[in-house]
Amino acid sequence: MKLKHLAAIPLAMMASYSSAQNISVEITNLTHSLFFTPILVSAHSPDMHLFEAGTTASPELQAMAEGGDIAGLLGLADGMGAVSAENPAGGLLGPAATVMTEMDTGAQTALTITAMLLPTNDGFVGLDAWTIPEEAGTYTLFLNGYDAGTEANDERVVDGSGMPGVAGIPANPGGNGGTDGTGVTLTETNTQIHIHRGALGDTDATGGASDLDSRVHRWLNPVAKVVVTVQ
Amino acid sequence: MKIKSFIKYLSLGGVFSLLVACGGGGGGSSADSPVATPMTPAPVMMSYTVNVNNLTHNQPLSPLAVVMHSEQLQVWEIGMSASVGLETLAESGDPASLLAELPEADVYSSQPGSGIIAPGMSEEISLTFEEQAAVRFTVLTMMVNTNDAFAGVQQVDVSGLGVGESMTMNAPTYDAGTESNSETIDSIPGPAAGGEGFNATRDDVDYISRHPGVVTQADGYVASALDESHRFNDPGLRVTVTRTE
Repeated sequence: MKLKHLAAIPLAMMASYSSAQNISVEITNLTHSLFFTPILVSAHSPDMHLFEAGTTASPELQAMAEGGDIAGLLGLADGMGAVSAENPAGGLLGPAATVMTEMDTGAQTALTITAMLLPTNDGFVGLDAWTIPEEAGTYTLFLNGYDAGTEANDERVVDGSGMPGVAGIPANPGGNGGTDGTGVTLTETNTQIHIHRGALGDTDATGGASDLDSRVHRWLNPVAKVVVTVQ
Repeated sequence: MKIKSFIKYLSLGGVFSLLVACGGGGGGSSADSPVATPMTPAPVMMSYTVNVNNLTHNQPLSPLAVVMHSEQLQVWEIGMSASVGLETLAESGDPASLLAELPEADVYSSQPGSGIIAPGMSEEISLTFEEQAAVRFTVLTMMVNTNDAFAGVQQVDVSGLGVGESMTMNAPTYDAGTESNSETIDSIPGPAAGGEGFNATRDDVDYISRHPGVVTQADGYVASALDESHRFNDPGLRVTVTRTE
């Protein structure tokens, strides 16, 4: 209805009709020892999704969740006419660290945030198409950790495993895990996007099933706090 | 502004009239002059009752630290280093040094809890102070069968509560980041281990975060003093604040 109406207006007049809305988005990594890979913040129309729990991950989401690569998701967002803030932290957002970005969301009313959780196989922090309030104010959200459902959570740290389809955790930026784990599991029973069950880990630095440390790399939801300020 | 005009007043030679205006505050030594009765109205008091319920399975809670305070006070912040008072509370369960280190000017009323709150149990604490426009509320407590976990809520705006009104919230569990989560018998002060409480050495990340939970020996960590019953999830507490006066 609204789109139709806009389409009838000459292009030159569009600017005066499109509403500007400035928001700031402050993202805090709440975890004890997980890193967020480059974050993508996108404002888009409410009928679009970059991910949805209970659905199969797109190849672009898989690339983000397994390897931290947001180029594909950004391309999807651009294709949706979204307004995006790409990698506001300029790399990894460390545990308990905070980053803020500001954006003019224009006429876009839904907000999506994604970033891979390291060290995990295909875990990511996500906000799926949250409705940006029109009323000025400060809104606090807590985000959970999701499992993309695209890779078995074997918890082995393997160089080059950020490539979609290559088993393993691509990196452990904190460097506080183990090596030579035999692998926690070979299967991913739930291949839909779902809430991550958490890391298992172990306390064997040079063996065991996992290359993660169970005392360090576990987490409880939520994994992120987001404060959206609508101006 | 006020001081400025006061100085100006003095320089104009208004000292005499100033003394009069003070109504005997400066002199009043004359025997036959009536004693001025200050007309200060009785202060209006505010009272709040705080109820904390331990939602965990087997994590006794250390005596609470309950604070009613101004907008300025923040006891902890994700990503920041814990104060020594917070470290002490989170490692040993003793709230005294935390309550003592809070700036007096920001604290309307503070109180420690009366003792341990067993799992499933609650404690209620009442605080009364002179009426304030902006009242914030903070409560925290250690989960004693951990190295340095604490649960709590902070900076809750309770100014809007009318007498008889209450608000209820869940409290998440934080990791003070001051002691590594070794779970050993030597380092956990609670009944699961009976180990050391506060230790000034900081051998963990030294920033506050959400707590990752405990591993326990039931999950393959042989050196852990904890068993499966000590595991917890969020939230750790349910907190209800009621305005009573």
